[in-house]
Amino acid sequence: MSKSNVVSHLKQKKINEVLSTGKRMDGRGLEEFRPLVINSGLLAKSEGSAEVWLGKTHLMVGVKVGTGTPFEDTPDEGVLMTNAEFTPIAHPSWEPGPPNEDSIELARVVDRGLRSAEILDTNELNIISGKLVHIVYVDFYILNYDGNLIDACGAGAIAALLKAQKPVYEIKKGEPVLTDKKVPLTIRKKPIPISIVKIGDNFILDPTADEEEVMDVRLTVTLDENGNLCTMQKSGSAGLTMDEIKKCINMAQAKAPEIRAKVVESTQ
Amino acid sequence: MSKRTSKKKQWTRVDGRAFNQLRDVKIECGVLPNADGSAYIEMGRNKIICGVFGPREMHPKHMAKPNEAVLKCRYHMAPFSVDPRRSPAPSRRDQEITMVMRSALEPAVFLERYPRAGIDVYVEVLQADGGTRCASINAASVALVDAGIPMKDLVSACATGKIDDKVILDLGDYEDKKGQSDLPVAYMPKLDKITLLQMDGIMTTKEVEEAIKLGIEGCKQIYEIQREALKKKYGIDKTKSEETAPQEPVAEEKKEEKQDE
Repeated sequence: MSKSNVVSHLKQKKINEVLSTGKRMDGRGLEEFRPLVINSGLLAKSEGSAEVWLGKTHLMVGVKVGTGTPFEDTPDEGVLMTNAEFTPIAHPSWEPGPPNEDSIELARVVDRGLRSAEILDTNELNIISGKLVHIVYVDFYILNYDGNLIDACGAGAIAALLKAQKPVYEIKKGEPVLTDKKVPLTIRKKPIPISIVKIGDNFILDPTADEEEVMDVRLTVTLDENGNLCTMQKSGSAGLTMDEIKKCINMAQAKAPEIRAKVVESTQ
Repeated sequence: MSKRTSKKKQWTRVDGRAFNQLRDVKIECGVLPNADGSAYIEMGRNKIICGVFGPREMHPKHMAKPNEAVLKCRYHMAPFSVDPRRSPAPSRRDQEITMVMRSALEPAVFLERYPRAGIDVYVEVLQADGGTRCASINAASVALVDAGIPMKDLVSACATGKIDDKVILDLGDYEDKKGQSDLPVAYMPKLDKITLLQMDGIMTTKEVEEAIKLGIEGCKQIYEIQREALKKKYGIDKTKSEETAPQEPVAEEKKEEKQDE
Protein backbone atom coordinates (compact mmCIF):
# COMPACT_ATOMS: atom_id res chain seq x y z
CA MET A 1 0.00 0.00 0.00
CA SER A 2 1.35 3.37 -0.91
CA LYS A 3 2.39 5.39 2.07
CA SER A 4 2.80 9.11 2.32
CA ASN A 5 5.18 9.39 5.19
CA VAL A 6 4.41 12.79 6.60
CA VAL A 7 0.70 12.14 6.93
CA SER A 8 1.43 8.65 8.25
CA HIS A 9 3.50 10.01 11.11
CA LEU A 10 0.79 12.41 12.16
CA LYS A 11 -1.81 9.66 11.87
CA GLN A 12 0.36 7.25 13.78
CA LYS A 13 0.70 9.70 16.65
CA LYS A 14 -3.04 10.28 16.82
CA ILE A 15 -3.92 6.59 16.52
CA ASN A 16 -1.41 5.72 19.24
CA GLU A 17 -2.78 8.39 21.53
CA VAL A 18 -6.30 7.02 21.18
CA LEU A 19 -5.17 3.38 21.51
CA SER A 20 -3.46 4.15 24.81
CA THR A 21 -6.89 4.98 26.23
CA GLY A 22 -8.06 1.45 25.37
CA LYS A 23 -10.28 2.63 22.49
CA ARG A 24 -9.95 2.95 18.73
CA MET A 25 -10.42 5.93 16.39
CA ASP A 26 -13.91 4.63 15.55
CA GLY A 27 -14.81 3.97 19.19
CA ARG A 28 -14.30 0.20 19.06
CA GLY A 29 -12.52 -1.81 21.74
CA LEU A 30 -9.06 -3.18 20.84
CA GLU A 31 -10.30 -6.72 20.14
CA GLU A 32 -13.65 -5.77 18.68
CA PHE A 33 -14.56 -6.49 15.05
CA ARG A 34 -16.57 -4.14 12.89
CA PRO A 35 -20.00 -5.51 11.89
CA LEU A 36 -19.49 -8.52 9.60
CA VAL A 37 -22.27 -9.02 7.08
CA ILE A 38 -22.13 -11.91 4.63
CA ASN A 39 -24.73 -12.55 1.95
CA SER A 40 -24.08 -15.82 0.20
CA GLY A 41 -25.26 -17.29 -3.04
CA LEU A 42 -26.40 -14.10 -4.76
CA LEU A 43 -24.61 -14.50 -8.08
CA ALA A 44 -26.38 -16.87 -10.46
CA LYS A 45 -23.55 -17.45 -12.93
CA SER A 46 -21.05 -18.63 -10.36
CA GLU A 47 -21.22 -22.02 -8.66
CA GLY A 48 -20.86 -20.34 -5.27
CA SER A 49 -20.64 -16.73 -4.17
CA ALA A 50 -20.60 -14.43 -1.19
CA GLU A 51 -20.71 -10.72 -0.62
CA VAL A 52 -18.79 -9.59 2.44
CA TRP A 53 -19.06 -6.32 4.31
CA LEU A 54 -16.64 -5.80 7.17
CA GLY A 55 -17.25 -2.24 8.23
CA LYS A 56 -16.55 -0.32 5.04
CA THR A 57 -14.43 -3.10 3.56
CA HIS A 58 -16.58 -4.59 0.81
CA LEU A 59 -15.77 -7.52 -1.44
CA MET A 60 -17.28 -10.27 -3.53
CA VAL A 61 -16.13 -13.88 -3.54
CA GLY A 62 -16.91 -15.97 -6.59
CA VAL A 63 -16.40 -19.71 -6.82
CA LYS A 64 -16.27 -21.21 -10.28
CA VAL A 65 -15.91 -24.93 -10.84
CA GLY A 66 -14.23 -25.79 -14.11
CA THR A 67 -12.35 -28.76 -15.44
CA GLY A 68 -8.76 -29.29 -16.43
CA THR A 69 -5.92 -31.74 -16.43
CA PRO A 70 -4.53 -32.72 -13.02
CA PHE A 71 -0.94 -32.09 -11.95
CA GLU A 72 1.45 -34.87 -12.92
CA ASP A 73 2.30 -35.80 -9.32
CA THR A 74 -1.36 -35.95 -8.22
CA PRO A 75 -3.18 -37.60 -11.18
CA ASP A 76 -6.46 -38.25 -9.32
CA GLU A 77 -6.81 -35.09 -7.30
CA GLY A 78 -8.77 -31.98 -8.13
CA VAL A 79 -7.25 -28.55 -7.85
CA LEU A 80 -8.08 -25.50 -5.74
CA MET A 81 -6.96 -22.12 -7.08
CA THR A 82 -7.23 -18.80 -5.30
CA ASN A 83 -6.79 -15.34 -6.75
CA ALA A 84 -7.35 -11.82 -5.48
CA GLU A 85 -8.20 -8.88 -7.71
CA PHE A 86 -7.59 -5.36 -6.44
CA THR A 87 -10.01 -3.32 -8.54
CA PRO A 88 -9.19 0.36 -9.09
CA ILE A 89 -12.61 1.34 -7.72
CA ALA A 90 -11.68 0.08 -4.26
CA HIS A 91 -9.27 2.83 -3.22
CA PRO A 92 -7.92 6.09 -4.72
CA SER A 93 -4.35 4.76 -4.62
CA TRP A 94 -5.16 1.47 -6.34
CA GLU A 95 -4.46 1.39 -10.04
CA PRO A 96 -5.25 -1.11 -12.76
CA GLY A 97 -2.39 -3.42 -13.61
CA PRO A 98 -0.83 -6.75 -12.80
CA PRO A 99 -1.35 -8.06 -9.24
CA ASN A 100 0.90 -6.35 -6.71
CA GLU A 101 2.60 -7.87 -3.66
CA ASP A 102 -0.33 -7.21 -1.36
CA SER A 103 -2.87 -8.92 -3.57
CA ILE A 104 -0.55 -11.89 -4.07
CA GLU A 105 0.00 -12.15 -0.31
CA LEU A 106 -3.74 -11.93 0.34
CA ALA A 107 -4.56 -14.70 -2.12
CA ARG A 108 -1.72 -16.92 -1.00
CA VAL A 109 -2.36 -16.58 2.73
CA VAL A 110 -6.07 -17.37 2.35
CA ASP A 111 -5.19 -20.17 -0.08
CA ARG A 112 -2.72 -21.72 2.37
CA GLY A 113 -5.38 -21.65 5.08
CA LEU A 114 -7.88 -23.51 2.90
CA ARG A 115 -5.27 -25.92 1.62
CA SER A 116 -3.64 -26.70 4.98
CA ALA A 117 -7.02 -27.43 6.53
CA GLU A 118 -7.74 -29.72 3.55
CA ILE A 119 -11.07 -28.02 3.16
CA LEU A 120 -11.94 -29.87 -0.06
CA ASP A 121 -11.75 -33.59 -0.63
CA THR A 122 -9.52 -33.42 -3.68
CA ASN A 123 -10.18 -37.05 -4.58
CA GLU A 124 -13.89 -36.27 -4.83
CA LEU A 125 -13.01 -33.74 -7.54
CA ASN A 126 -11.50 -36.43 -9.74
CA ILE A 127 -13.38 -37.23 -12.96
CA ILE A 128 -10.98 -39.42 -14.99
CA SER A 129 -7.67 -40.20 -13.29
CA GLY A 130 -4.75 -38.51 -14.94
CA LYS A 131 -6.94 -36.85 -17.55
CA LEU A 132 -9.74 -34.74 -16.18
CA VAL A 133 -10.42 -33.25 -12.76
CA HIS A 134 -12.56 -30.45 -11.37
CA ILE A 135 -10.71 -27.21 -10.74
CA VAL A 136 -12.26 -25.01 -8.06
CA TYR A 137 -11.41 -21.35 -8.55
CA VAL A 138 -11.96 -18.98 -5.64
CA ASP A 139 -11.73 -15.34 -6.74
CA PHE A 140 -11.75 -12.38 -4.40
CA TYR A 141 -12.94 -9.14 -5.91
CA ILE A 142 -12.23 -6.15 -3.68
CA LEU A 143 -14.81 -3.40 -4.21
CA ASN A 144 -13.97 -1.08 -1.33
CA TYR A 145 -10.84 -1.22 0.77
CA ASP A 146 -10.90 -0.30 4.43
CA GLY A 147 -8.43 -2.73 5.96
CA ASN A 148 -8.36 -6.33 7.12
CA LEU A 149 -8.79 -7.96 3.71
CA ILE A 150 -7.33 -11.31 4.79
CA ASP A 151 -9.95 -11.90 7.49
CA ALA A 152 -12.79 -10.66 5.27
CA CYS A 153 -11.69 -12.82 2.30
CA GLY A 154 -11.09 -15.85 4.52
CA ALA A 155 -14.60 -15.63 5.95
CA GLY A 156 -16.09 -14.95 2.50
CA ALA A 157 -14.28 -17.92 0.97
CA ILE A 158 -15.82 -20.31 3.50
CA ALA A 159 -19.29 -18.84 2.98
CA ALA A 160 -19.00 -19.09 -0.81
CA LEU A 161 -17.58 -22.63 -0.71
CA LEU A 162 -20.34 -23.79 1.67
CA LYS A 163 -22.87 -22.75 -0.97
CA ALA A 164 -20.87 -23.96 -3.95
CA GLN A 165 -22.00 -26.78 -6.18
CA LYS A 166 -20.16 -28.80 -8.75
CA PRO A 167 -21.56 -30.13 -12.00
CA VAL A 168 -21.84 -33.91 -12.27
CA TYR A 169 -20.13 -35.78 -15.07
CA GLU A 170 -21.08 -39.23 -16.27
CA ILE A 171 -18.52 -41.46 -17.90
CA LYS A 172 -19.86 -42.95 -21.14
CA LYS A 173 -17.46 -45.19 -23.09
CA GLY A 174 -14.55 -43.62 -21.26
CA GLU A 175 -15.61 -40.12 -22.24
CA PRO A 176 -16.94 -37.58 -19.74
CA VAL A 177 -20.46 -36.31 -20.43
CA LEU A 178 -21.82 -33.28 -18.63
CA THR A 179 -25.20 -33.85 -16.97
CA ASP A 180 -27.75 -31.31 -15.70
CA LYS A 181 -27.22 -32.45 -12.13
CA LYS A 182 -25.27 -30.40 -9.60
CA VAL A 183 -24.13 -31.50 -6.15
CA PRO A 184 -22.73 -29.44 -3.27
CA LEU A 185 -19.00 -29.55 -2.63
CA THR A 186 -17.99 -31.40 0.51
CA ILE A 187 -16.53 -28.88 2.95
CA ARG A 188 -14.51 -30.76 5.53
CA LYS A 189 -13.31 -27.89 7.70
CA LYS A 190 -13.85 -24.19 8.21
CA PRO A 191 -10.47 -22.49 8.68
CA ILE A 192 -10.82 -18.85 9.79
CA PRO A 193 -7.95 -16.37 9.48
CA ILE A 194 -7.59 -13.74 12.20
CA SER A 195 -5.10 -10.91 11.72
CA ILE A 196 -3.54 -9.26 14.74
CA VAL A 197 -1.92 -5.89 14.19
CA LYS A 198 0.62 -4.31 16.51
CA ILE A 199 0.70 -0.52 16.68
CA GLY A 200 3.14 0.79 19.26
CA ASP A 201 2.58 -1.42 22.29
CA ASN A 202 -1.03 -2.26 21.48
CA PHE A 203 -2.40 -5.35 19.76
CA ILE A 204 -5.65 -4.88 17.89
CA LEU A 205 -7.98 -6.99 15.78
CA ASP A 206 -9.75 -6.05 12.54
CA PRO A 207 -7.60 -3.03 11.57
CA THR A 208 -9.01 -0.30 9.34
CA ALA A 209 -7.06 1.04 6.34
CA ASP A 210 -5.65 3.87 8.48
CA GLU A 211 -4.54 1.46 11.18
CA GLU A 212 -2.95 -0.84 8.58
CA GLU A 213 -1.07 2.11 7.13
CA VAL A 214 0.62 2.94 10.43
CA MET A 215 0.97 -0.62 11.80
CA ASP A 216 4.36 -1.93 12.91
CA VAL A 217 3.68 -5.56 12.25
CA ARG A 218 0.83 -7.94 11.48
CA LEU A 219 0.49 -11.62 12.29
CA THR A 220 -2.26 -13.60 10.61
CA VAL A 221 -3.21 -16.84 12.33
CA THR A 222 -5.62 -19.25 10.64
CA LEU A 223 -7.42 -21.70 12.91
CA ASP A 224 -9.63 -24.70 12.26
CA GLU A 225 -12.56 -25.69 14.48
CA ASN A 226 -10.33 -27.86 16.68
CA GLY A 227 -8.26 -24.82 17.59
CA ASN A 228 -5.29 -26.11 15.56
CA LEU A 229 -3.23 -23.67 13.54
CA CYS A 230 -3.35 -23.99 9.75
CA THR A 231 -1.37 -20.97 8.64
CA MET A 232 0.65 -18.16 10.06
CA GLN A 233 1.99 -15.19 8.19
CA LYS A 234 3.93 -12.32 9.64
CA SER A 235 4.17 -9.16 7.60
CA GLY A 236 5.35 -5.64 8.19
CA SER A 237 8.81 -4.41 8.97
CA ALA A 238 9.25 -5.05 12.67
CA GLY A 239 10.09 -8.06 14.77
CA LEU A 240 8.02 -9.96 17.31
CA THR A 241 9.12 -11.65 20.52
CA MET A 242 8.09 -15.17 21.44
CA ASP A 243 5.70 -13.84 24.10
CA GLU A 244 4.08 -11.50 21.61
CA ILE A 245 3.52 -14.38 19.22
CA LYS A 246 1.89 -16.44 21.98
CA LYS A 247 -0.33 -13.49 22.81
CA CYS A 248 -1.39 -13.15 19.17
CA ILE A 249 -2.22 -16.86 18.91
CA ASN A 250 -4.37 -16.60 22.05
CA MET A 251 -6.19 -13.54 20.70
CA ALA A 252 -6.90 -15.37 17.44
CA GLN A 253 -8.09 -18.46 19.26
CA ALA A 254 -10.52 -16.40 21.30
CA LYS A 255 -11.96 -14.66 18.23
CA ALA A 256 -12.10 -17.37 15.54
CA PRO A 257 -15.17 -19.29 16.86
CA GLU A 258 -17.24 -16.08 16.86
CA ILE A 259 -16.37 -15.29 13.22
CA ARG A 260 -16.90 -18.93 12.17
CA ALA A 261 -20.35 -18.92 13.78
CA LYS A 262 -21.26 -15.78 11.81
CA VAL A 263 -20.09 -17.35 8.56
CA VAL A 264 -22.09 -20.52 9.14
CA GLU A 265 -25.15 -18.51 10.18
CA SER A 266 -24.99 -16.46 6.98
CA THR A 267 -25.24 -19.55 4.79
CA GLN A 268 -28.29 -21.03 6.50
CA MET B 1 5.91 -57.28 12.61
CA SER B 2 8.97 -57.23 14.83
CA LYS B 3 10.81 -55.32 12.13
CA ARG B 4 8.10 -52.69 12.08
CA THR B 5 8.10 -52.10 15.81
CA SER B 6 11.86 -51.84 15.90
CA LYS B 7 11.61 -49.32 13.07
CA LYS B 8 9.15 -47.25 15.07
CA LYS B 9 11.41 -47.20 18.09
CA GLN B 10 14.34 -45.92 16.09
CA TRP B 11 12.67 -43.07 14.28
CA THR B 12 15.15 -41.44 11.96
CA ARG B 13 15.01 -38.69 9.42
CA VAL B 14 15.46 -39.41 5.73
CA ASP B 15 19.02 -38.16 5.80
CA GLY B 16 19.79 -39.61 9.24
CA ARG B 17 19.97 -36.26 11.04
CA ALA B 18 18.85 -35.75 14.65
CA PHE B 19 15.54 -33.88 15.05
CA ASN B 20 17.38 -30.72 16.08
CA GLN B 21 20.28 -30.97 13.66
CA LEU B 22 20.89 -28.50 10.88
CA ARG B 23 22.14 -29.50 7.46
CA ASP B 24 25.73 -28.51 6.72
CA VAL B 25 25.87 -24.78 6.23
CA LYS B 26 28.68 -23.04 4.40
CA ILE B 27 28.73 -19.31 3.90
CA GLU B 28 31.29 -17.33 1.98
CA CYS B 29 31.14 -13.59 1.63
CA GLY B 30 32.53 -11.23 -0.97
CA VAL B 31 32.02 -13.59 -3.90
CA LEU B 32 30.82 -11.04 -6.48
CA PRO B 33 33.51 -8.51 -7.47
CA ASN B 34 31.04 -6.04 -8.99
CA ALA B 35 28.58 -5.98 -6.09
CA ASP B 36 29.02 -3.72 -3.07
CA GLY B 37 28.42 -6.72 -0.87
CA SER B 38 27.77 -10.37 -1.62
CA ALA B 39 27.48 -13.79 -0.09
CA TYR B 40 27.17 -17.37 -1.23
CA ILE B 41 25.47 -19.97 0.91
CA GLU B 42 25.25 -23.72 0.75
CA MET B 43 22.64 -25.04 3.13
CA GLY B 44 22.33 -28.74 2.52
CA ARG B 45 22.03 -28.95 -1.25
CA ASN B 46 20.73 -25.39 -1.57
CA LYS B 47 23.13 -23.20 -3.49
CA ILE B 48 22.23 -19.55 -3.34
CA ILE B 49 24.12 -16.40 -4.24
CA CYS B 50 23.19 -12.91 -3.11
CA GLY B 51 24.43 -9.49 -4.22
CA VAL B 52 23.79 -6.16 -2.52
CA PHE B 53 24.06 -2.81 -4.31
CA GLY B 54 23.84 0.52 -2.58
CA PRO B 55 22.91 2.61 -0.79
CA ARG B 56 22.50 4.31 -4.15
CA GLU B 57 20.03 6.55 -5.91
CA MET B 58 16.54 5.12 -5.67
CA HIS B 59 15.03 3.86 -8.87
CA PRO B 60 12.21 4.58 -9.65
CA LYS B 61 12.66 7.97 -8.03
CA HIS B 62 9.05 8.46 -6.96
CA MET B 63 9.31 5.38 -4.74
CA ALA B 64 12.02 7.00 -2.61
CA LYS B 65 11.13 7.78 0.98
CA PRO B 66 12.02 11.21 2.41
CA ASN B 67 12.93 9.84 5.83
CA GLU B 68 14.67 6.54 5.14
CA ALA B 69 16.18 4.23 2.55
CA VAL B 70 14.08 1.72 0.67
CA LEU B 71 15.19 -1.89 0.90
CA LYS B 72 14.41 -3.47 -2.44
CA CYS B 73 14.62 -7.23 -2.57
CA ARG B 74 14.30 -9.71 -5.36
CA TYR B 75 14.15 -13.43 -4.83
CA HIS B 76 14.62 -15.31 -8.04
CA MET B 77 15.07 -18.95 -8.92
CA ALA B 78 17.19 -20.07 -11.84
CA PRO B 79 15.27 -22.15 -14.43
CA PHE B 80 17.64 -25.06 -13.74
CA SER B 81 17.38 -24.88 -9.94
CA VAL B 82 14.49 -27.31 -9.73
CA ASP B 83 13.09 -30.32 -11.53
CA PRO B 84 11.36 -29.88 -13.96
CA ARG B 85 12.71 -26.63 -15.42
CA ARG B 86 10.77 -23.61 -14.28
CA SER B 87 10.05 -20.47 -16.22
CA PRO B 88 12.44 -17.63 -15.42
CA ALA B 89 9.48 -15.24 -15.09
CA PRO B 90 8.71 -14.39 -11.45
CA SER B 91 5.90 -16.53 -10.03
CA ARG B 92 3.41 -15.55 -7.33
CA ARG B 93 5.50 -17.59 -4.90
CA ASP B 94 8.65 -15.64 -5.81
CA GLN B 95 6.87 -12.35 -5.27
CA GLU B 96 5.58 -13.42 -1.89
CA ILE B 97 9.03 -14.61 -0.82
CA THR B 98 10.47 -11.30 -2.00
CA MET B 99 7.99 -9.58 0.27
CA VAL B 100 8.56 -11.71 3.38
CA MET B 101 12.32 -11.56 2.86
CA ARG B 102 12.15 -7.78 2.81
CA SER B 103 10.13 -7.62 6.00
CA ALA B 104 12.51 -10.12 7.60
CA LEU B 105 15.58 -7.98 6.80
CA GLU B 106 14.17 -4.47 7.26
CA PRO B 107 14.09 -4.52 11.08
CA ALA B 108 17.85 -5.20 11.13
CA VAL B 109 18.99 -2.35 8.86
CA PHE B 110 19.50 1.27 9.93
CA LEU B 111 17.42 2.50 6.98
CA GLU B 112 17.05 5.95 8.54
CA ARG B 113 20.74 6.58 7.87
CA TYR B 114 20.12 6.89 4.13
CA PRO B 115 17.03 8.97 3.36
CA ARG B 116 15.93 8.96 -0.32
CA ALA B 117 18.34 6.12 -1.16
CA GLY B 118 17.67 2.60 -2.32
CA ILE B 119 19.42 -0.59 -1.25
CA ASP B 120 19.05 -3.49 -3.66
CA VAL B 121 19.25 -7.06 -2.42
CA TYR B 122 19.24 -9.58 -5.25
CA VAL B 123 19.01 -13.27 -4.46
CA GLU B 124 19.53 -15.91 -7.11
CA VAL B 125 18.73 -19.52 -6.26
CA LEU B 126 21.06 -21.74 -8.30
CA GLN B 127 19.96 -25.03 -6.77
CA ALA B 128 16.93 -25.52 -4.55
CA ASP B 129 16.61 -28.14 -1.84
CA GLY B 130 13.86 -27.01 0.54
CA GLY B 131 14.14 -23.98 2.77
CA THR B 132 15.37 -21.60 0.08
CA ARG B 133 13.71 -18.57 1.66
CA CYS B 134 15.59 -19.13 4.91
CA ALA B 135 18.91 -19.77 3.18
CA SER B 136 18.33 -16.62 1.10
CA ILE B 137 17.77 -14.50 4.21
CA ASN B 138 20.97 -15.91 5.75
CA ALA B 139 22.98 -15.02 2.65
CA ALA B 140 21.31 -11.61 2.26
CA SER B 141 22.06 -10.47 5.79
CA VAL B 142 25.73 -11.43 5.40
CA ALA B 143 25.84 -9.62 2.04
CA LEU B 144 24.32 -6.49 3.62
CA VAL B 145 27.08 -6.45 6.23
CA ASP B 146 29.65 -7.08 3.49
CA ALA B 147 28.29 -4.00 1.67
CA GLY B 148 29.14 -1.93 4.74
CA ILE B 149 25.53 -1.10 5.53
CA PRO B 150 25.07 -0.39 9.24
CA MET B 151 23.04 -3.14 10.86
CA LYS B 152 21.41 -3.54 14.25
CA ASP B 153 21.90 -7.29 14.12
CA LEU B 154 22.36 -10.17 11.73
CA VAL B 155 19.21 -11.96 10.64
CA SER B 156 19.45 -15.74 10.79
CA ALA B 157 16.76 -18.02 9.46
CA CYS B 158 15.86 -21.66 9.33
CA ALA B 159 12.72 -23.69 8.93
CA THR B 160 11.13 -26.06 11.36
CA GLY B 161 8.23 -28.36 10.71
CA LYS B 162 6.40 -31.53 11.55
CA ILE B 163 6.78 -34.94 9.96
CA ASP B 164 5.51 -38.24 11.41
CA ASP B 165 4.04 -36.14 14.28
CA LYS B 166 7.53 -35.03 15.30
CA VAL B 167 8.80 -31.47 15.33
CA ILE B 168 12.09 -31.21 13.45
CA LEU B 169 14.63 -28.55 12.52
CA ASP B 170 15.73 -27.44 9.05
CA LEU B 171 13.53 -29.36 6.64
CA GLY B 172 15.14 -30.84 3.55
CA ASP B 173 13.34 -31.03 0.22
CA TYR B 174 11.67 -34.39 0.96
CA GLU B 175 10.57 -33.34 4.45
CA ASP B 176 9.28 -30.07 3.04
CA LYS B 177 7.08 -31.86 0.49
CA LYS B 178 5.98 -34.91 2.51
CA GLY B 179 5.85 -33.34 5.95
CA GLN B 180 2.70 -32.32 7.83
CA SER B 181 3.72 -28.73 8.29
CA ASP B 182 6.40 -26.19 7.59
CA LEU B 183 7.28 -23.20 9.75
CA PRO B 184 10.10 -20.92 8.59
CA VAL B 185 11.52 -18.58 11.23
CA ALA B 186 13.95 -15.67 10.97
CA TYR B 187 15.43 -14.33 14.15
CA MET B 188 17.73 -11.55 15.31
CA PRO B 189 19.69 -13.19 18.17
CA LYS B 190 21.00 -10.02 19.82
CA LEU B 191 17.67 -8.18 19.77
CA ASP B 192 15.70 -11.37 20.52
CA LYS B 193 13.10 -10.61 17.85
CA ILE B 194 11.45 -12.86 15.30
CA THR B 195 11.29 -11.12 11.93
CA LEU B 196 9.90 -13.86 9.71
CA LEU B 197 7.19 -16.24 10.74
CA GLN B 198 5.11 -18.28 8.37
CA MET B 199 3.41 -21.59 8.74
CA ASP B 200 1.36 -24.03 6.77
CA GLY B 201 0.05 -27.44 7.59
CA ILE B 202 -1.75 -28.39 10.75
CA MET B 203 -0.21 -27.91 14.19
CA THR B 204 -1.47 -27.48 17.72
CA THR B 205 -0.58 -24.35 19.70
CA LYS B 206 1.86 -26.38 21.76
CA GLU B 207 3.59 -27.75 18.68
CA VAL B 208 3.84 -24.26 17.20
CA GLU B 209 5.52 -22.94 20.33
CA GLU B 210 7.86 -25.93 20.39
CA ALA B 211 8.68 -25.41 16.71
CA ILE B 212 9.39 -21.70 17.10
CA LYS B 213 11.70 -22.40 20.04
CA LEU B 214 13.50 -25.08 18.03
CA GLY B 215 13.77 -22.64 15.12
CA ILE B 216 15.34 -20.02 17.35
CA GLU B 217 17.95 -22.55 18.50
CA GLY B 218 18.74 -23.32 14.86
CA CYS B 219 18.99 -19.61 14.03
CA LYS B 220 21.49 -19.14 16.86
CA GLN B 221 23.71 -21.83 15.34
CA ILE B 222 23.46 -20.22 11.91
CA TYR B 223 24.27 -16.84 13.46
CA GLU B 224 27.67 -18.19 14.51
CA ILE B 225 28.32 -19.53 11.00
CA GLN B 226 27.41 -16.14 9.52
CA ARG B 227 29.79 -14.41 11.94
CA GLU B 228 32.57 -16.84 11.05
CA ALA B 229 32.08 -16.10 7.35
CA LEU B 230 32.41 -12.38 7.98
CA LYS B 231 35.40 -12.85 10.28
CA LYS B 232 37.06 -14.97 7.64
CA LYS B 233 36.82 -12.24 5.04
CA TYR B 234 37.67 -9.35 7.29
CA GLY B 235 40.28 -11.25 9.34
CA ILE B 236 38.95 -10.26 12.74
CA ASP B 237 39.91 -13.50 14.43
CA LYS B 238 41.52 -12.85 17.77
CA THR B 239 43.02 -16.32 18.14
CA LYS B 240 45.14 -15.81 15.04
CA SER B 241 47.25 -12.83 14.10
CA GLU B 242 45.67 -10.68 11.42
CA GLU B 243 48.24 -11.52 8.80
CA THR B 244 48.13 -15.28 9.09
CA ALA B 245 44.37 -15.61 9.43
CA PRO B 246 43.41 -15.19 5.79
CA GLN B 247 46.44 -17.11 4.56
CA GLU B 248 45.98 -20.31 6.53
CA PRO B 249 42.73 -21.53 5.00
CA VAL B 250 44.09 -20.82 1.53
CA ALA B 251 47.12 -22.97 2.23
CA GLU B 252 44.89 -25.76 3.52
CA GLU B 253 42.70 -25.65 0.46
CA LYS B 254 45.73 -25.97 -1.78
CA LYS B 255 46.91 -29.01 0.14
CA GLU B 256 43.55 -30.65 -0.28
CA GLU B 257 43.54 -29.97 -3.98
CA LYS B 258 46.90 -31.64 -4.34
CA GLN B 259 45.69 -34.69 -2.49
CA ASP B 260 42.68 -34.91 -4.79
CA GLU B 261 44.89 -34.86 -7.84
